Amino acid sequence: MSETDEVLLSVRNLYVEFATDDGLVSAVNDLSYDLKRGKTLAIVGESGSGKSVSSMALMGLVAGMNAKVSGEVYFDGQQLIGADPESVRKLRGDRMAMIFQDPLSSLHPFFRIGDQLVEAVQVHHDIDKKQAQVRVKAMLERVGIPDVDQRMNEYPHQLSGGMRQRVMIGMSLINNPELLIADEPTTALDVTVQAQILELLKDLQKEFGTAIILITHDLGVVADMADEVVVMYGGSAVEHAPVREIFYEPAMPYTWGLIASIPQISAKNAHLDPIPGNPPSLINLPSGCVFAPRCAFKQLVGDDLCEHERPQLSLISLEHASRCHLTENQRTDIRRARLIGRQK
Amino acid sequence: MLMVFMLTILSIVTFLLFNAVPTDPARLTCGKTCSPATIEANRIRLGLDQPLITQYLEWIKGIFAGRTYGSGTATFNCDAPCLGYSFRNGEQVTDMIVTSLPVTIYLALGAFVLWMVGGISTGIYAARKKGKWQDRAIMGVTLVGYSLPVFFIGILMLIFVVVRWNILPYPSYVGPNVDTLQFLQTMILPWISLAILYAAYYTRLTRSQMLDTMSEDYIRTARAKGLPEKIVLRKHALRAGLTPIVTSAGLDLAGLLGGAVITEYIFGLPGLGRLAIGAVTEYDLPTITATTLVAATFVIVANIVVDLLYAAIDPRVRLQ
Amino acid sequence: MTQVSPILKVSNLVKHFPITSGGIFQRTTGAVKAVDGISLEVFPGETLGLVGESGCGKSTAGRTVLRLLEPTSGSIEFEGQNLIKVSKRELVFMRREMQMIFQDPYSSLNPRATVGDIISAPFQVQGVKPVGGLRSAVGDLMERVGLNPEHFNRYPNEFSGGQRQRIGIARAIALQPKLIVCDEPVSALDVSIQAQILNLLAEIQKDFGIAYVFVAHDLSVVRHISDRVAVMYLGQIMESAPSELLYTEPLHPYTHALLSAIPIPDPDLERNRERIILSGDLPSPSNPPAGCVFNTRCWKAEDKCRSERPVLREISMGHQVACHFPEQNLIETISVAPTGTDFIA
Repeated sequence: MSETDEVLLSVRNLYVEFATDDGLVSAVNDLSYDLKRGKTLAIVGESGSGKSVSSMALMGLVAGMNAKVSGEVYFDGQQLIGADPESVRKLRGDRMAMIFQDPLSSLHPFFRIGDQLVEAVQVHHDIDKKQAQVRVKAMLERVGIPDVDQRMNEYPHQLSGGMRQRVMIGMSLINNPELLIADEPTTALDVTVQAQILELLKDLQKEFGTAIILITHDLGVVADMADEVVVMYGGSAVEHAPVREIFYEPAMPYTWGLIASIPQISAKNAHLDPIPGNPPSLINLPSGCVFAPRCAFKQLVGDDLCEHERPQLSLISLEHASRCHLTENQRTDIRRARLIGRQK
Repeated sequence: MLMVFMLTILSIVTFLLFNAVPTDPARLTCGKTCSPATIEANRIRLGLDQPLITQYLEWIKGIFAGRTYGSGTATFNCDAPCLGYSFRNGEQVTDMIVTSLPVTIYLALGAFVLWMVGGISTGIYAARKKGKWQDRAIMGVTLVGYSLPVFFIGILMLIFVVVRWNILPYPSYVGPNVDTLQFLQTMILPWISLAILYAAYYTRLTRSQMLDTMSEDYIRTARAKGLPEKIVLRKHALRAGLTPIVTSAGLDLAGLLGGAVITEYIFGLPGLGRLAIGAVTEYDLPTITATTLVAATFVIVANIVVDLLYAAIDPRVRLQ
Repeated sequence: MTQVSPILKVSNLVKHFPITSGGIFQRTTGAVKAVDGISLEVFPGETLGLVGESGCGKSTAGRTVLRLLEPTSGSIEFEGQNLIKVSKRELVFMRREMQMIFQDPYSSLNPRATVGDIISAPFQVQGVKPVGGLRSAVGDLMERVGLNPEHFNRYPNEFSGGQRQRIGIARAIALQPKLIVCDEPVSALDVSIQAQILNLLAEIQKDFGIAYVFVAHDLSVVRHISDRVAVMYLGQIMESAPSELLYTEPLHPYTHALLSAIPIPDPDLERNRERIILSGDLPSPSNPPAGCVFNTRCWKAEDKCRSERPVLREISMGHQVACHFPEQNLIETISVAPTGTDFIA
């Protein structure tokens, strides 16, 4: 039924602002991307980059947080921003689902595992508890929970971290959603458990054809999971490309900095090249490029252009867009000189 | 086990507090025209000539097995549970408590139901409307309600509802089995005046608990599942914020069961609180000791019930 | 470098936390064996990485080594002196030489003290009067860790996470200690900030010759900063080796699985390698498996592993492993998976 090339989710010019005591926080500034059915889009960024907020906003989960959301989000053709909250609620947990970083705090501590999943089924389907339990049991078995009958009667704190995240994944996929937003799904887990969970997510995606938005700061996880990558900084997408291009031909100084500052497991790098300075405050964003204050290459552009004019997210090849004033030649030279990406 | 231990300590402290005071209990057993001979006779009859430890053990024995005062022909029996004999009233203390306790229980339970229902639902409503005018109005009203002393509310209601507007007859307590209508007419004002005070507190407590839990991750999960906001609030958030409310409720109810002194006094209800006040003003030692013991027992029992409720609410407590 | 004596020598260190039950009259019903007999040495100016997953006891080990937690048994020799035997008063004095940097830069700094107060506290506690005055010494320290000395009177909440970690580092190096235990010092920080702090720690080590015990769960970070690495699992050291050796030729199946589980930030490499996926979860440290503690998740486990606890033995120069059947000939570990395991191509 679903063609592989069909766009499931289309985000256009998304803005999210929060009114706080300190002023207006621009958490997301002009974010646009498309996600095709069954594909994985990774949104990479540091804390405060807007990667989580943008996804919460499209699920309609920032309501009541003094948030102002504008722009367009089309889910299977249906515009979600400004839509009737009740119609968005009916999509949540049914056709679009979400899992979070910390599975312990994300599951209700006072309700049994089984009941929490049964509730997720019954809110969207008019079936009785017995039937719902059958479905829940099958799903929990699918996500690799041993002794399901017993586990369903247990509470979240009785499970290990990995088991809890399996339960969360099972709960999110129980209604076979077309879109799964996974917000740092393995950050709170140990590496050996992370490997199990990532494997599980990949298998389930293949089986159910779910499109995944994977929010993470871990480039290793991105390399493992993503088809496409959006790099976010200061609330904006600064680079957007297929996964191999992000790693092998990164086009934006922030992406370079990100790659250069991670210690590698496969080889010892003598010295890390950190990005100097700190992420921007989202209250008074610079009028030029948001990354300019930390950028080592802005002098190459000249005329203080980077400080004054915010670059557009523009295509540099068919599928590769970046938000930077550097010219193609300048980028190639820098990449070669600094050994960034894959050298040809 | 713990309860028995606590109650033992409690009984010793209560007993010492009122029986080791420098007044002479025997002197208090009869009026001003008492001769020293009568006092000495009463002292021996009541066992007040014995050492304190013997007196205490006799008192405890009385509670469990009953006791006999005096010796020879001038004896009288006090059946278990015997809490002592009040010379002032010429009555056994146990009988006095048995008559006044139901009044207090009716008063406390009625008010409890009112304030819990009123306070929790208003609190949830305020949390939902956080920051809006409804919330601010509720917060303002509850602050006033919370700061008004109960005697003020009580007297005000008495003056207006009964004296000025004649909506209700003057309160005069009868048991609910005797005349249900008169019982309700008498109790409604004390219920309301007690409930206003507590409801204000429970509204604020519920609101702040709800707002705390609303920012929890599992509430976000509940919304992400697509649950309607009503269910998110009433099932997921309230359940999680219930623990401190239950604690307060248990202890507040226990406190009232020990005697809502002021309310009972204002509305002329013959409850435990009024019994205690009367005993204090008349230096009726056995009655003071007994009412204190009863009130404190309620508090201890309530603490244990609250602990059990914790376990019922929170599986993490239950399974430890 | 002939026969340098270790600055820190830990032998058979044990730290058990009692599990109690009952209300007023508590009984001890068991013990969480957080650290269960570890031995390690740290030499002047080097970094020993202590890695493992959550619950393996690495943080407890780090704290017990400084006697911030009282050890259950074992010995800790710091510069030849047995830390367990010294009195509390002597211990306070010895703390000059041994400091700690904590994970959470938000909760480990007193929010009501100014940065100046926080960094000068070690001088005041130890009664040390720095040459040139306290104020200028603190200013120098702030400058050394990359903070603006003019921010002397600011409070911790005015700083970002990375800057707070710099404050913590300045406090730790104030008295020029010989040893610092760093407990997950960068795991709460964003990647770009993490690299700044790692570089700072490396520079400070070079300047002052401080030895680090670097406790962390992130194996890439540990590889980057450590000279030698010890891998812990359920309170015990599974393997210990010079950093390069451990990462290229791990001998313990657990180390091997751990390394293989880390995703590599390179799509082609990541998607074309074979990976060991360990099944199951960490057993409870209050009831560890008999024999080798890893036997419940090990693909090589045999009867011997279930009955006999392997001792940490030296296989080659400086390379120790606690395993009955250590791995062999693993030159390119990352891409090689052993047979008989559940691996994914």
